[in-house]
Amino acid sequence: MRRLRALLRTPLGVCAVVLLLLVLALAVAAPLVWGAQATAVDTDAIQQGPSGAHLLGTDALGRDLFARTLVATRLSIGLALLAMLIGVTVGTLLGTAPAVLPRRAGRVIVAVVNIAVAFPGLLLALFFAVVFGVGTTGAVLAIGFATAPGFARVAQTLSASVAGRDYVAAARIAGVGRLRVLVRHVLPNIAEPLVVNATIGAGAALLSFAGLSFLGIGVQAPSYDWGRLLGDGLNRIYTNPAAALGPGVAVVVAGLAFNLCGETIAAALGHRTPLRRLLSRTSAPAAPVPAGADDTDPVLRVEGLSVRFPTAVGWAEPVRGVTFTLGAGEAVGVVGESGSGKSLTALAAARLIERPGVVAADRLEFAGRPLLSAPERELRTLLGTSLAMVFQDPTTSFNPTRRIGRQLAEVAQEHQGLGRRGALARAVERLAQVRVPAPAKRAHQYPHEFSGGMRQRAMIGMGLMGTPRLIIADEPTTALDVTVQRQVLRLLDQVRRDTAAAVLLISHDIAVVTQTCDRVLVMYAGRIVEDLPAAELTERARHPYTRALLAVVPDLAADRDRPLGVIAGRPPEPTALPAGCAFAQRCRYATDECRSADPQLTPVGDDHRLACWHPVTDSGADTTDARISVEGSR
Amino acid sequence: MSTLAFEDVRVRYGTHRSGLTAVDGVELTVPSGSVVGLVGESGSGKSTLARAAVGLAPVTGGRVLLDGTDVRRLPRGRRPVQLVFQDPYSSLDPRMTVGESIAEALPRRAFGGRQAFRDRKARHGEVARLLELVGLDAGRSGALPGELSGGQRQRIALARALAARPEVVIADEITSALDVSVQGSVLNLVRELQRELGLTMLFISHNLAVVRYVSDYVAVLYLGRIVEVGPAERLLADPQHPYTRELVEAAPSAHGSLLAAPDSPVADAEPGDPHRPPAGCRFHPRCPVGPLVEEARSICTTVDPATVAASREHRAACHFAAAVGDTDTPVPNSVVRTGFPSARSDTLE
Ligand code: SF4
Ligand code: SF4
Repeated sequence: MRRLRALLRTPLGVCAVVLLLLVLALAVAAPLVWGAQATAVDTDAIQQGPSGAHLLGTDALGRDLFARTLVATRLSIGLALLAMLIGVTVGTLLGTAPAVLPRRAGRVIVAVVNIAVAFPGLLLALFFAVVFGVGTTGAVLAIGFATAPGFARVAQTLSASVAGRDYVAAARIAGVGRLRVLVRHVLPNIAEPLVVNATIGAGAALLSFAGLSFLGIGVQAPSYDWGRLLGDGLNRIYTNPAAALGPGVAVVVAGLAFNLCGETIAAALGHRTPLRRLLSRTSAPAAPVPAGADDTDPVLRVEGLSVRFPTAVGWAEPVRGVTFTLGAGEAVGVVGESGSGKSLTALAAARLIERPGVVAADRLEFAGRPLLSAPERELRTLLGTSLAMVFQDPTTSFNPTRRIGRQLAEVAQEHQGLGRRGALARAVERLAQVRVPAPAKRAHQYPHEFSGGMRQRAMIGMGLMGTPRLIIADEPTTALDVTVQRQVLRLLDQVRRDTAAAVLLISHDIAVVTQTCDRVLVMYAGRIVEDLPAAELTERARHPYTRALLAVVPDLAADRDRPLGVIAGRPPEPTALPAGCAFAQRCRYATDECRSADPQLTPVGDDHRLACWHPVTDSGADTTDARISVEGSR
Repeated sequence: MSTLAFEDVRVRYGTHRSGLTAVDGVELTVPSGSVVGLVGESGSGKSTLARAAVGLAPVTGGRVLLDGTDVRRLPRGRRPVQLVFQDPYSSLDPRMTVGESIAEALPRRAFGGRQAFRDRKARHGEVARLLELVGLDAGRSGALPGELSGGQRQRIALARALAARPEVVIADEITSALDVSVQGSVLNLVRELQRELGLTMLFISHNLAVVRYVSDYVAVLYLGRIVEVGPAERLLADPQHPYTRELVEAAPSAHGSLLAAPDSPVADAEPGDPHRPPAGCRFHPRCPVGPLVEEARSICTTVDPATVAASREHRAACHFAAAVGDTDTPVPNSVVRTGFPSARSDTLE
């Protein structure tokens, strides 16, 4: 509803609604106001042209055409809506019937609908008009039935997609009957798009109706609608063009009103973020730092990084002042729950945050170059050759229509000026390096012929086409099975050893990170709350959140007779962060100090940074006991 | 009390030529009142098996039995097997309040001592009771799914499954869409409910640690076939089948090591393709002790070990499974066929 209201503030939305209301008001009021005038025969003023008294002139009986056009609104709109109603009802019945009927009967209906859809609507209307006989009733039925197949198809597609949902399956398992499923689950969930379609369809029905009447097989005298007026007027197009023009314009305007309204609603339902007003801000690095790249420099230096997004209730800041460095050959893991900002941090480092997101940082340098202020072209080459990305979903990382080998080769052609052949040879070489079996053959295959794990390997291979100094892997194994996950993690590790590239591994799985990285950054609500060597994580973690994370994940040695640890509550929304420590609500060590002052990330020893007022000091075996409570029940 | 048994169950999709046998001859018993964990990778057919048990997937061979009765022959309106889905975001109708969703699953007719909920007030009371059972405030019944967190939704889904008064609950990857911080509380709830209500449960997950935590027995599925079954602790502590061993080794834990592993010709083998299952032992192209590593073991490429597997409580479908050792007590019939002979208490140790 809010979306609809937002759309009504756009000029087009307002126009559409006002126009439609006007047409509908006219349909109701016109016969009352101009009814008498429209039927008043005036033999003194037969077949006149437009004049002050008769704006559109008069007809053969001297009746005022302007008044008749206005009065005809009711019949034209009414009949069109009636036809539409028939079309929608029949269509929805036909479209949803296959979901309820036995398989066989359902198939027959689907086949019939498929055939009917293949005929042009107007042809069907003419056919039905002949079947039902000439006249108003016949025309309404004809147009209704002619539009039904189209609706049936829409309803069919929509209900099939809803029927595939788990909640429908759940209802069926629970013993809910097919008809009940249709009424309670399917219809409510397809109603919105159907209404949109019906609105647009009403405009089309209006036109078809006018067409039938114009041809003389619609409304019959003495009744009249726009189509008939148009037909009558056309006979005198040379003597009085206005007589045809008036009803013609009326048809167009009314049709437009319905169509625009439908589109408006469709747009409101389709696009979820009409936030244009907020988009125009751009980023400004606080202090651009001159570059001085040499090999002792960290590969990635991030200081005070923040990422902001506009939302309906103001700016959200899902990454708030993140600081870390990543040296050559180092593997750093970032862990946290969803919404902790871990992925956004990585994306910002790869310059992949798109507008409306805004990235700001005191310092954000890759290979000694400032990412926020260096010239665009220079950065493209730098990132293109020295940065590799591996994403979570291997199905979307490649273009499905092009061969894997070519997609890899493209990188070398673009950034290293290799020829087509040379680039392809290198692609095959790299595929072999990431242990894709039969690389020469595989290079000629399309992405869908690769399994998930293979695709991740190819993705890593793509990163190796240049000379990567940093590999950012964002949940690279989350979609994979454990055995394949191990293969991919090993490969990443091997590549890191071979090329001395740094690895930034984002994962929700603290165990994966502990085992594959040198250092672990724990993120919570957009901040790094703890940074320590991976080897010390289980023994020396001191932040209550890190401890809790370690405690909630069962491993193969977990005590089966004790309940698992839980972290009660939820992380705060990025638009409503508390004044003090963001974890305070869920932290059992929280004091008033925590709730009022935000702890900063500060060194607490060699290689160990922490943001907490009351670090946990006792070593190991804590955390599970007192934090057993039921999540979310309060 | 009720036992769910899969008897030589086969599920085949599609036509003769381009079909896919997702589940191929599965024999598995879920003994009354116990939890059997089902693990396997994607494409192993574990979700298909679950869907077959509740009638969402076609059983093209064999039978699924509930206390000896084919589930397809149960009286109409009786739904003793309930399924909880993986994704709590798509398993609740976004337009229905959670109370309505739960109420919908309440039995309308009385069955064998089970109460029916016909009038509004009785339903209302029952919904409130169920909400409290899963640790939610009874006042939340008017909420729409969109107002709840993932963990809360999964609780609602559990409540809905329980509303139907099931004898068997199948949980299909119910924690894999949840954040780790929430996963623990859902698992605790599942265990509490199972023990309190004495539910028979088939718990499906790809996460071994999670399965081990809730299950009494574990069954390992590979390309539509069960390759190993046994008491949970014993099976995971001492896996017999090479595939199970791989799974256990690959499970990330804070203590083991994922990166240190011997190089082997099958270390980077691709997972099996259910459209073209290999002949003989389906695991042989990936098996670290199989024919690709030890040449003498060519039998693996031709003879399906499932057919010659020994009959013991802990059994593995492998020609060269490690000796089961002192726990190896052969039982007269294939246990997977007749159910687990030992009571669940002795496997909990
Ligand atoms: S600062 Fe306070 S509330 Fe925050 S984690 Fe530390 S003890 Fe808990
Ligand atoms: S039967 Fe052979 S190939 Fe199969 S798991 Fe056993 S050893 Fe490996």
